[in-house]
Amino acid sequence: MAAQHPDEGHDPNLAHHFESAQQQYQAAKLGMWLFLATEILFFGGLLVAYTVYRGNHPEVFIFGAHFLDTSLGALNTVVLIFSSFTIAWAVRAAQLKQIKLLKWLIIATMLCAFAFLSVKYVEYSAKWKHGLLWAGSYDPHVDHEEAYEIIGVEREIHTGEADIEIVEIEEIQQVGEGEIVEPIAAEIEIDAAPQVADPDRSTIAPAAQGPAGLAEPAAPVDPDAIPVEPGNAKVFFSIYFLMTGLHGIHVLGGIVAMLWLLKCLRRGDFDGGHFTKVDMVALYWHVVDIIWIYLFLLLYLID
Amino acid sequence: MTEHTENGVHIASMRLLVGIMIALMFGTWLTVSVTHFDLGALNIWIGLAIATVKAILVGLYFMHLRWDKPFNAFVFISAFAFLALFVGFATMDTAHYQEVIIPGWPLS
Repeated sequence: MAAQHPDEGHDPNLAHHFESAQQQYQAAKLGMWLFLATEILFFGGLLVAYTVYRGNHPEVFIFGAHFLDTSLGALNTVVLIFSSFTIAWAVRAAQLKQIKLLKWLIIATMLCAFAFLSVKYVEYSAKWKHGLLWAGSYDPHVDHEEAYEIIGVEREIHTGEADIEIVEIEEIQQVGEGEIVEPIAAEIEIDAAPQVADPDRSTIAPAAQGPAGLAEPAAPVDPDAIPVEPGNAKVFFSIYFLMTGLHGIHVLGGIVAMLWLLKCLRRGDFDGGHFTKVDMVALYWHVVDIIWIYLFLLLYLID
Repeated sequence: MTEHTENGVHIASMRLLVGIMIALMFGTWLTVSVTHFDLGALNIWIGLAIATVKAILVGLYFMHLRWDKPFNAFVFISAFAFLALFVGFATMDTAHYQEVIIPGWPLS
């Protein structure tokens, strides 16, 4: 189309409906900030689910967090903070028209994003292997080749000639700082003579119980020492996978955005010092970082 | 003595960027270390406070809000304000939820 235009030969980076490059830049930035505000609210729904459920059932979160590896979470935090630094530096490089440096900084940020996802993969696969998954798929089990300890549980028998009977053998496996305990099929060795009902003892329960009187009430449960799995532990893993999964998708989105930046760079978009695109991707990436800072605290560091 | 682009946009200095990164790394170390002390209900608030300081550092310097038009900061902060309202009201409702309304009922 060779239509004549009144201001043909204008700056190709300036859209017609903007008065100046500065106005265009500010408009793009405001749009980006509005988008980032919706991103915060996007995660907000999950944060409310987290807050309400943790408020009601803190023991579920203390139990579940034991299965997360704090050092891997901390490693990912360091990786993301470093990538935030490299992308902030990339904005500076774009502003100063240091194109070669800009290219390497974008690549460095992308490598950090891949490193983050790799660590996440290691974490997810450990949970996958042991059935520590969301709602319906939650089915914790021991990997029989890796289980490190087998403990027999003994029960005392008060009648009969022998004293004890082995009733259960448990396999225990460490995942993160938590343990999965699973009873395994085992030959039940009975040392006891066959149980014979005591002929002198009635099998009929007493009709009524006396008042409790001044008996000591049961000791309160120490929330830090939860010996058994609380009911609904699966809810923790549902929330964990939803929050980190949504965040992981945002990291993937960041990688796509940085590939796009590299394409723009090859095309020479940034040669004239037009850094708007780099700036917008950087803003997005910083929000991904900020959200992870909170997720790390809320999911990994509950002990 | 600060640098600016032709449009008059502030350019963050290398010293500042490196300094902020070190501060953020230190904050991460601090967050993890604090969890080794059992301070009861205080733990989560200390953790949230450190995380918020880190988020503010990222926002002000890495995201240039310090030199930006205040309206952009207003947009971003308003998202957090509405989030606080959302969480606050949900928590209020949860806190007032009673499992037992009439003591002793239902008879079991």
